[in-house]
Amino acid sequence: MNADFDVRYVAQLARLNLTPAEIETFQAQLSQVLQYVDKLSEVDVSTVEPTAHANPMSDVLRNDVAQTSLTVGEALANAPRQANDLFIVPKVIE
Amino acid sequence: MDLTSLSVSDLRTRLVAREVSPVEVLEALETRIAQLDPKIHGYLFRDFDQARAEAEKADVNLPLGGVPIAVKDVINVAGQPCTCASKILRGYTAPYDATVIANLEAAGAIPFGRTNMDEFAMGSSTENSSLGPSFNPWDLARTPGGSSGGSAAVVAADLAFAALGSDTGGSIRQPAALCGIVGLKPSYGRVSRYGLVAFASSLDQIGPLTKTVADSALILNAIAGKDPRDSTSVDEKPVDFFPKTDADLKGVRIGVPKEYFVHESDPRVSAAVRGAIDQLGALGADLVEVSLPHTEYAVSAYYILATAEASANLARFDGVRYGRRAENAKNLLDQYGRTRDEGFGDEVKRRIILGTYVLSSGYYDAYYLRAQKVRTLIRNDFTNVFKQVDALVCPTSPEVAFKIGERSADPLRNYLADIFTIAANLAGICGISVPCGFAQSEESTQLPIGLQLLGPAFAEGTILRVAHAYERSTDWQRKPPVGQASSLSSE
Repeated sequence: MNADFDVRYVAQLARLNLTPAEIETFQAQLSQVLQYVDKLSEVDVSTVEPTAHANPMSDVLRNDVAQTSLTVGEALANAPRQANDLFIVPKVIE
Repeated sequence: MDLTSLSVSDLRTRLVAREVSPVEVLEALETRIAQLDPKIHGYLFRDFDQARAEAEKADVNLPLGGVPIAVKDVINVAGQPCTCASKILRGYTAPYDATVIANLEAAGAIPFGRTNMDEFAMGSSTENSSLGPSFNPWDLARTPGGSSGGSAAVVAADLAFAALGSDTGGSIRQPAALCGIVGLKPSYGRVSRYGLVAFASSLDQIGPLTKTVADSALILNAIAGKDPRDSTSVDEKPVDFFPKTDADLKGVRIGVPKEYFVHESDPRVSAAVRGAIDQLGALGADLVEVSLPHTEYAVSAYYILATAEASANLARFDGVRYGRRAENAKNLLDQYGRTRDEGFGDEVKRRIILGTYVLSSGYYDAYYLRAQKVRTLIRNDFTNVFKQVDALVCPTSPEVAFKIGERSADPLRNYLADIFTIAANLAGICGISVPCGFAQSEESTQLPIGLQLLGPAFAEGTILRVAHAYERSTDWQRKPPVGQASSLSSE
């Protein structure tokens, strides 16, 4: 089940720029954890429904009425870089 | 009078009788914190001036009027930092109050100080804090447990009357056990998660860490309730959780789950818990051996589900809208990758990677979906057992507080120690840890042992009743950690 666990590839999916040392350490540590959680393959779940939620609820709705929220100023207050009411990031499109 | 050693209940009695003012209370607390927190490192942040301003206006006729309460650094309090003990949120100031904070303030309490924790609530020792660990007041060379280790340590050392923590796999109950205090994980949906920085959204709950069971009920009364801003919170009629004064437990059926006693706990823990079970019997409870057959799969299911949810919840920390941003990024992807690698600690990175893997294409069915099905089986185990009994009793932790640095290199070993607390989060039920004894360490320090009571979802009243009766019939609680080798000196 976990023969192809590749930390480098997964870290890329998770947007983590790991150092070579981290890749090596995590590969070893997480392979151990994956080996342990393989225990779950012992369980017969053929007739079992998945539980996504501890307390299943559905259709929790409220009236579609606008309510107060953060002001623009509050929303930008923690921004590393901002201008013109916008969050500034490195260029995305060339 | 040593104000800071009072429980919330006793403090409230004195405040209402005008024997002491909220400002005097806060000053006494601040003096003790200045004296002792340098040894404990429970607090990451305190704004005494702000709290004092609130104390001056406090209305002692409200249910928690004038009571300062410490807050784990994972819950937003408007105008205060919220770092989750992570570098990636250094400098972040909360723009809003969590619902639990608004509720506490409406009840007259004063949220005061932010406590240390494992980064993003991932850990069981508070050693994963990016700001250094907290120290167990009972033995300063040992951890207070985690992830709500700072909250547990400050309550145990009388540096707080009570504290809020969060519990995803045991993070309130386990540190409470290791620090000799009371820790309650409410049923999932009982307390709003709005304003709690999310780790695993289907498992997280906020709850109180207190000196007594009655205090736990007082805080729960204030923070529980449906919140339109948390669609997983439940519309339950308001209930007063304060335990009735019945001294005994006649007619209460308590299950002893056999799989929790097959596990190799520290023999001192097993002995103390066995003694406590006998005490419950002496109080009149019917003790019944029961079985939770899927117990051995709980840790595996949890570390797949919780890490999967965490990988999604922590995707928001990307340096764009808040928190730290890596300097001189080459492009946006580089900014994401470096911000996150530099900002997150090792345990957080491990869990994000694990969670991303178990959700990834080709592996989702084998891991995540399968774990969700095992979760159903674990939930059913509890549902079945609660047809026979009203509550379950077991240890909170298989071990007592361990030495700082002893465990850091072995993630899997740390995960396995969550064995007794983890299933309650998967099932959404409620659980409480209360002190039930001590183990003597090699250095002759006394290390607290916790007894855990688990109840059906929304049956906090039952476990509070049992815990309260047990607590009143023993004197484990409130033996303060004074006069111990390498712990706090008495004053």
